[in-house]
Amino acid sequence: MLARWQFGITTVYHFFFVPLTLGLSILVALMESAYVRTGKDIYKQMTKFWGRLFLINFAMGVATGIVQEFQFGMNWSEYSRFVGDIFGAPLAIEALLAFFIESTFLGIWIFGWEKPSKKLHLAAIWLVAIASNLSALWIIIANAWMQHPVGYVLRNGRAEMQDFFALLTNPHLPFEILHVLFGALATTAFFVLGISAWQLLRKDSAHTAFFQRSFRWGAAAAIIGSVCVMLVGHGQGQWLERSNPMKLAAAEANWTTKDRCEFLVVAGIDEKNQRNDWGLPMGSMLSVLAYNSPSGVVKGMKDLQAEFTQKHGPGDYIPPVFVTFWSFRIMVGCGLLMFLLALLAVWRSRGERLASAPRWLLGAFVLGIALPYLAHSTGWLMAELGRQPWIVYGLMKTSDGLSLATTASEVLLTVIGFTVIYGALMVVDVWLLRKYAALGPVEAAD
Amino acid sequence: MDLNTLWFILVAVLFCGYFVLEGFDYGVGMLVPLLGRDDRERRLILNSIGHVWDGNEVWLLTAGGAIFAAFPHWYATLFSGFYLALFLVLVGLILRAVGIEFRSKSASPAWRTTWDWLICVGSLLPALLFGVAVGNLLLGVPIDAKMTYVGGFWNLLNPFALIVGVTFVLLFLLHGALFLSLRTEGSLQKRAASTAFGLWLPAVVSAVALLVVAFFQTPLFAGGILGWLLAGAAAVALVASGLLARAKPGVAFTLTALTIILVTVATFRALFPNVMISTLDVKNSLTIYTASSSPYTLKVMTIVALTLVPVVLAYQGWTYWVFRKRLTSASKLEY
Repeated sequence: MLARWQFGITTVYHFFFVPLTLGLSILVALMESAYVRTGKDIYKQMTKFWGRLFLINFAMGVATGIVQEFQFGMNWSEYSRFVGDIFGAPLAIEALLAFFIESTFLGIWIFGWEKPSKKLHLAAIWLVAIASNLSALWIIIANAWMQHPVGYVLRNGRAEMQDFFALLTNPHLPFEILHVLFGALATTAFFVLGISAWQLLRKDSAHTAFFQRSFRWGAAAAIIGSVCVMLVGHGQGQWLERSNPMKLAAAEANWTTKDRCEFLVVAGIDEKNQRNDWGLPMGSMLSVLAYNSPSGVVKGMKDLQAEFTQKHGPGDYIPPVFVTFWSFRIMVGCGLLMFLLALLAVWRSRGERLASAPRWLLGAFVLGIALPYLAHSTGWLMAELGRQPWIVYGLMKTSDGLSLATTASEVLLTVIGFTVIYGALMVVDVWLLRKYAALGPVEAAD
Repeated sequence: MDLNTLWFILVAVLFCGYFVLEGFDYGVGMLVPLLGRDDRERRLILNSIGHVWDGNEVWLLTAGGAIFAAFPHWYATLFSGFYLALFLVLVGLILRAVGIEFRSKSASPAWRTTWDWLICVGSLLPALLFGVAVGNLLLGVPIDAKMTYVGGFWNLLNPFALIVGVTFVLLFLLHGALFLSLRTEGSLQKRAASTAFGLWLPAVVSAVALLVVAFFQTPLFAGGILGWLLAGAAAVALVASGLLARAKPGVAFTLTALTIILVTVATFRALFPNVMISTLDVKNSLTIYTASSSPYTLKVMTIVALTLVPVVLAYQGWTYWVFRKRLTSASKLEY
């Protein structure tokens, strides 16, 4: 249980920094491309200002990333033994293919403003951006396999790889990776929108033109990111009904299998008695969501539990419904809000409308920074908790994956240790981001 | 040669790269508050590794990934067994990484001094604890029939492992001081060179103690002349590096790099074909065959590694070339 907490805390914490790294690297690379193409100073300033914030965030991502690679072995040794034949490969490839490029060329980018040529410097940030996103691809390949195992055979008491290309063509993969990448773009967009809006709110700001332009960039990224996430998310839900119906049923608190299944906007869930005390239903909507048509049978948890018991023996195969249901709703709610804000941002971006934007609207964008963070934290909760009790869906239970060598007190010690360090660093990180966001472009460009 | 042996060698190569490259990073990191007299000097010291430390750290990530992919049982037993030690390594690496980036983000002296010391401790912890880990790998550790380490944390802190840990710290300090004397100029360079010279004797003493105890307690010299040759060459390289520290820092730095490589190779040779030796029962030892992935995975990973590793080496080498100039007090500092 503690180990799960630890994995949950460190992973959600790590993923606080990852999306911004993924998206902002691309945005900064685009800004520098604009600078190299046009030679306009404002783009260089934008590159430097947003690049600085990128670096502060990146440092946290790197520092917390090492923990991710190590803790599979530290806390989950039996899991590592069971899946190492398959799971280790994408991690090793991630390091070889992505992390080396990312770290090496970031070094060149930071220290090489003067040394190599302009074009080489631009190439460096593009390599960083591509490599960051490649690293996401490989870790998601590993995660997609846990959600939907493919290309393996059970042999020697473990899952052994039988077809490497099956891992790469896992049908679960396109949904998950696109969800992550567009989510990262949206996160970055709202980060840029929020900080720009915050600066535009300051009456004394000498950088209005700078932040108006940044706001427009953010608006474009926000609309692309939020629309694409919704489309991908919809496809992912339909895929879930086929690949892991239990997760979908838990996310929708749907206990019984039915045709023309209603969608519960909110519900009072009684996990013990396996029913909902109350709910706000929308007729047939869940069938529509799952099949794009009002008629379509959506499986319920009770029937799935019976199916699983028949296949895997007695046990509780229902994930924690309450958390899965509500984290799904928070994620989707944030997504919808982000879409509305993105529309407003685009509408306000045109012509002179930004200069006359009301203060409450700019304030809303500042608060909007929190939305994507809330969305991807709850998104991962839903994705991982909804798969319980499995650590690898249908193959290995989470409780069988734990390390045998560690004692409960040792795990408790490291849980406390990581929580304290991560908490302190989060304070420092936010303080620094705020400080440099407040400084504005001129000082940052020194 | 079969793929299991090839991957054993590859893991050894990755650790050679990690120890040589992060060796001077850790040395430089430990020296930041000790050698830098003022803020500017400390920044210079940090900037000497500024563009490379992150790339160097990826060698560790890659080594970890390679062990996971090629020898999952080794990864599982080692990482769950050396649990608290690895936790401390992680704490060190986190503080170090964040410190290098955050140190200059506020002008307050208290802020900067705090981070300087955190960078120092964050560099010391992995240097010391990786030495301790190497010591324990050589000694062997209690592993039961389920491939699980059953020794607890304090068992790892035995005298021999601590000697190896201290030797690693001193060797990395020496390596880092020599690196600094190559990358800087003026009084800072002189201080770096004399620090290297001063570190030499303790490093040699500690290394001799290591070799003597290793002779009685570990397989470092077992199995033919090769063990003797490797250990002897490492000792000679270390002794020579100190003697050349001031006159020829470039040669001396090459020699400490060589020492580190020889120590790593000697360790892996002594283990082979085991990857973790069990002190409870030889039958429980993990070998390159009992700990490995399936032949199919090894084949896939071999193709991947043989394609990518040369490319990585090429561009990492290129960055050292781009930034080969010394840092002087006149150079514009990127903070």
